[in-house]
This record gives sequence, C-alpha cells and structure tokens, in this order.
Amino acid sequence: MVQQGKPVEFWRWPETNWVNPDIDWEKGKFVTAGVDVGSVSTQVVILMDGEFFAFGNTRTGSDSPNSAKKGMDYALEKTGLKLENIDYCIGTGYGRVNVPMAQQAVTEISCHARGANFMYGPDVRTVMDMGGQDCKAINVDDRAKVLNFIMNDKCAAGTGRGMEVFADLIHVPVWEVGPRSFQISKEPPSISSTCVVFAKSEVVGLLEQGVPENEIVAAYCSAMAHRIMELLKRLGVKEKFVITGGIAKNEGVVKRLEKELGIKTAEQAWANLQYRKKNYPFDTQLAGAMGAALFGQAFLKMGKAKSARKA
Amino acid sequence: MIANYGFKDGSGDWYVTIDTDKCNGCGKCMEVCPEKILEVGPDEFDIFREEPVAFVKHDERKKVRYSCAPCKPGFCEQPAPCVAVCEPGAISHSEGWKALYGR
Repeated sequence: MVQQGKPVEFWRWPETNWVNPDIDWEKGKFVTAGVDVGSVSTQVVILMDGEFFAFGNTRTGSDSPNSAKKGMDYALEKTGLKLENIDYCIGTGYGRVNVPMAQQAVTEISCHARGANFMYGPDVRTVMDMGGQDCKAINVDDRAKVLNFIMNDKCAAGTGRGMEVFADLIHVPVWEVGPRSFQISKEPPSISSTCVVFAKSEVVGLLEQGVPENEIVAAYCSAMAHRIMELLKRLGVKEKFVITGGIAKNEGVVKRLEKELGIKTAEQAWANLQYRKKNYPFDTQLAGAMGAALFGQAFLKMGKAKSARKA
Repeated sequence: MIANYGFKDGSGDWYVTIDTDKCNGCGKCMEVCPEKILEVGPDEFDIFREEPVAFVKHDERKKVRYSCAPCKPGFCEQPAPCVAVCEPGAISHSEGWKALYGR
C-alpha cells in the first residue's frame, strides 16, 4: 500500500474571531456589519452604535459569496446575534459586488481610510494598505476624507500573496518571516526580481548556492519594502503614517520600509484609550471591514439608509 | 481628491490623474476621448459627494498605457484631447510617455 504523508502548509495563517464581552447587542440601536472580501482574506466587523462588537477573519475561498457567508458565520459564532438582527451591511474589497447579505458596496479605498481613522486615530494622514493582491496608498484628512490615492492592482508582486508563495517555497511559516529576517549577521542585497514568479526562481537559485535561509528571508522582505516605497514616493508620505492589511504584521517588511522612508509607522494600537485599556484585539487586517461597518453607522444616523433588520 | 488611475511597472508611470475637487462633471472629456476610457458618474471613492465626477472606467484602469498611447501626452506639441477640453483643468497624465518617447 502507498503510504501517504500529511501535507504541510507554511503559508496558512490562523483564522481568528472575537466578541466583545462588554456589549449587550440587544440594547443597541444600530447594529451594522462590514464585510471585506479580499483576494486572500475575508474580514467581517460588527459594530453596535459605533462600538467595536465582534469580528471574524477568515480566508477567502474560491467564490466571493460563500467566503462572505463563511466570514459572517464565523464572526457571529459566539455573539448570539443572527444575520437577521443586523441593521445594515456594507460590502467592500475586490469581491464587494458579490456579497449576498450586503445592502450596499463601498470601495476599499474609502473603507480603509475610514477604518484607519477609527483604529489609529484622526491624526492619521497616510494609510498604506498592503493587501493580498494589491497595495494602495491613501492620503486622508482628519475626517477620513480621501485626498489622494494610488493603487497598484495590476501585479501581485510585493503583496501578501507573494509573501505566502515565498513562505511556502522556503519552508518558513508566514508569521515567522518577520522575526527571522532579523536573525542575520549582515543585511543581504535584496531580491532583484520584481515579479513573484521570477523572484521565486531567484530564491531557488540562492538556496542552491547555500545562502542561509534567514538571509534569503531578509532579502525578500527588503525587496518588498522597496516596492512599496515606489508607490509611496509618488503619493508623498505624511505623518502619522500607518500600514493596514496583512503585511503590517510582518515587521521584517515594516522596519525595512521605515528605514528606507525615514518615517516611523504609528504604533499598532487603538487610538481609543478605553479600547486600549480593556485590551481589545487590534488587527491591522480589519481596517477595511471596520470602515465599511462605520459607513453603515453613518448612513443610518444620517437617515441616508433604512434599517434592513428582519428580526 | 486626487484620483490616480493606472499603474506603474518596469517601463514607468502610467497614470491618468483626475482632481475631483476641480472636476465639474461636464462630461466633455468623455466625449473627446478616442478610446472612450472615461466616464462620468457618481464618485465611488467619496460616497458623500452628490455631484457626478469623471473617472477612468474599471476595465480600462490596467490598460491606460496602451489606450492613451495614441494621444501621446507630453510627446506631441498639443496636449491630449481630454486635457485640452477640460475647462477647470482637472485631468493630467503622468510623465511615463515623455520617458518612453525620449523627450
């Protein structure tokens, strides 16, 4: 009989969900949800009267409607809330038009600007979203209005997907890439290929030459930082500068980008001191969904939208 | 808001930039564009804006290098038709073409 080994995945990051123990949703007036269906991950954030109530962070599957449903179920899992209890739901991200439970779709540029404004505070001026398959740089004002934006969605080089591919190739779990990129004796020259596919063969070449694993990790991180830099150069970076999305969790890229820019990124912590005190989870990947849910709150308060609550 | 539509790749910057604060939504650019890449409609990046605004069509955003090439902004003496027709001066093109044609 053929013996079969267990497949090992180095790119697969753990899915998470959370519910706020301090909030009783039944007392709330407006419950809104933001569903951010990205190319790699799907986030759902639920807000109750503008307060952070619950979230779910899952992987996007092969079709957007199902991923949105899966993300929503995961976020609602421990809340006691049902889909019918949600007043207004907004879809965002690249699959935003395919979110079955959403009443409206809003672009991820607007949502990330608004989400970052809420999470990091109104003093945020530049938001860099490092998504699964694109990157966006956005300049915003104190009311989260977008002043200038630039987006690169033509190519997946220097994005989360590229990092996953790389992690799998080099057999380093994707969440270890950051710390391991600093366990080196000297900073290696960065990977010269921009394209993920070419970078992959360059990495294989380096592995064959016997270059230490951690040095290759560092080389890839600095290549990615360099690529983000190109986008930011065109837009212009102002403080407070924040990075949202999955790559923000990779300190190997963030620290190298900071060094190249000469500007520090803001601390990844809630601007709201209450949230900080109560230790609410802060996840950079939530910014888009958070913004969408906040738009829902705003629409309901302004009377621009009617509650779609069924129960 | 300054909206940059397009991309940057190994060959340079390929962006059509629309300053939505200047754009009055007249739609003249949409008519003169030979490749019909522009459209006027609700602002998808500022959902609180009520007036229509010009933007590059979704399907065209990754192709501006090729669709805008016939007008060669920055290469010919004349500005591109969309730039010339825009009274408030809201439309501009990035410098990629200049580099490409060696000017």
